[in-house]
Amino acid sequence: MEIIVCIKQVPETTEVKINPETNTLVREGVKSIINPFDMYAIEEGVRLKERFGGKITVLTMGPPQAEAALREAISLGIDEGILLSDRAFAGSDTWATSYTLAAAIRKIARFDLIICGKQASDGDTAQVGPGIAAHLDLPQVTYVKKVEEINDKSGRLERMTEEGYEVIEVPLPALFTVVKELNSPRLPSLKGLMRAKQAKIQHWTHKDLEVDFAALGLNGSPTQVVKIFTPPPRTGGQKFSGDTQEVAEKLVDLLRPEII
Amino acid sequence: MPIQIIIEKCTGCSLCLKACPFDAIRIMDKKALIDLNKCNLCGACVPSCKFKAILIEKQAGAPAANIADYKGVWVFAEQKKGKVQPVVFELLGKARQLAADLETHVSAVLLGERLEEEIQELIWRGADCVYVVEDRRLANYQDEPYTNVIVELIKKYKPEIVLCGATAIGRSLVSRVAIKIKTGLTADCTGLDIEAQRKILLQTRPAFGGNIMATIISPDYRPQMATVRHKVFPETVSDMKRKGKIIRETFDGNLLTSRARLLDIVEEIESSVNLAEADIIVSGGRGLGGPENFKLVQDLACVLGGAVGASRAAVDAGWMSYSHQVGQTGRTVAPKIYIACGISGQIQHLVGMQSAKIIVAINKDPDAPIFKVATYGAVGDLFAILPALTKRFKEALKR
Repeated sequence: MEIIVCIKQVPETTEVKINPETNTLVREGVKSIINPFDMYAIEEGVRLKERFGGKITVLTMGPPQAEAALREAISLGIDEGILLSDRAFAGSDTWATSYTLAAAIRKIARFDLIICGKQASDGDTAQVGPGIAAHLDLPQVTYVKKVEEINDKSGRLERMTEEGYEVIEVPLPALFTVVKELNSPRLPSLKGLMRAKQAKIQHWTHKDLEVDFAALGLNGSPTQVVKIFTPPPRTGGQKFSGDTQEVAEKLVDLLRPEII
Repeated sequence: MPIQIIIEKCTGCSLCLKACPFDAIRIMDKKALIDLNKCNLCGACVPSCKFKAILIEKQAGAPAANIADYKGVWVFAEQKKGKVQPVVFELLGKARQLAADLETHVSAVLLGERLEEEIQELIWRGADCVYVVEDRRLANYQDEPYTNVIVELIKKYKPEIVLCGATAIGRSLVSRVAIKIKTGLTADCTGLDIEAQRKILLQTRPAFGGNIMATIISPDYRPQMATVRHKVFPETVSDMKRKGKIIRETFDGNLLTSRARLLDIVEEIESSVNLAEADIIVSGGRGLGGPENFKLVQDLACVLGGAVGASRAAVDAGWMSYSHQVGQTGRTVAPKIYIACGISGQIQHLVGMQSAKIIVAINKDPDAPIFKVATYGAVGDLFAILPALTKRFKEALKR
């Protein structure tokens, strides 16, 4: 089975802090990690490869330093890494990002399955996975929480919904976006770490892809950010302690008017 | 380069440094300098500069069609088992405001089968017009046929704005639609307004787990599309005197076929109240000590008519199923009241619930970070406080 996993390098959320004096994001010394949801995508890809053989490629678009994320993925069992890095890609919104990733996947050409995390923890849009599927005109299954059955022709999956889940059968090639419940990602092996260190990462720019230059990056993005601001931080309010019954009574009095 | 500092105008005041979320600007020799390897061209620095010294040039792609041809505000009327979902009524309320500012009409788009009562309800709740596509193959949501139908309807009727709930269905559907139409889509909005001057949609959404807010526009493309979080806008009330137009469309079989096949829809009994739609959520964490103690959380949720949530720690320990997890790797919720029981309040949990209107924290550790965001905090033993709360609410609410 030929599998492509798309990942994104994101800042570790725990370290995104607001400087209370300037009311701006503190980014100094912030660690970059693989988007948490993409870890489940990598793990699922590696498991499928272990079952069926074949090759598994990890793909990301980002600045040159995103190479670190690809190496980490390789340490977890991925065969190959491709980095799409080019000033022409800067400023991409989800339309242009999925367009560029889709073009890279067309160039890879051979694949049975594309796996993405359900969303990235910095942007939280959940739009790039389905966007890639739409550009490639592939069927998709979003929010996959369980793979009931799969072979190189089709898969039967559980898709998480608000109330429970749906069971969906999909022919391959297809694109899945996955949630945490799917699996427990492994830690890198020593051998994997060695391999990651030595692996040669392919760097592709827009010249390597069949793309319309006008559809890339900022110029190819229908949306644009006009303002970024920090919301007023939440502050702690009243705190009660002491006699349980009194605490409960106070809370009920305070909350009662809010409950219809 | 698409971004540049106009050296003659830059005073080196460093306001742009503070505005940059990517730490991409430095001051050198009293002039701002942009590190292009870090710059994401997000544009946050441009309005921060009082001297108009930063320029981002965007070559507007020639829009496919005349923007002036696009009129009206649409709401995708998500239905499950033939019932229109509550988030749709929230969107209709907002759509009415936007339409008033634009002096245009509001339409709902309803796909499914046997929908008569729901069509009427959409009109009573604020739709001037309902586009209805009824077909057996649209009875339940599936990505491909729904995408095809919405794309065709947009091409034919040209709305200027399309709103959709940020649900599992909504996010999967409109992500595909926006690609096919080639237009802008903003995820998970918590604020929507019309810019008076250009009459365009200002879409405000949280990013970085709510640590920053971004306002986004799609000025050169139509329709302007957005998914909107649950519980951000109030539902409209039903006005049975309202009248509206019904437009029925049919599509040929090709557009309605799906390569993926929906085999079954399973509802999990635990989630009697949908977390995303809940007005009240009672959540339990590690402090509960074990799965059996979730009963205390469930009892309180039951009296309050709320849903049960859980922290990652409680889910990872196997005390609750993943579908109840609130936080970065679980669900993002914004109820009116969020009661956190025995949850310390790690940042990953906070990003999933900090837009709740009222946060109540019950924890024995007075220094737990959850108290920093809690509207009301109770420091003490949750095994005593929870039953006392349940009992008193039962009396107060006569339930």
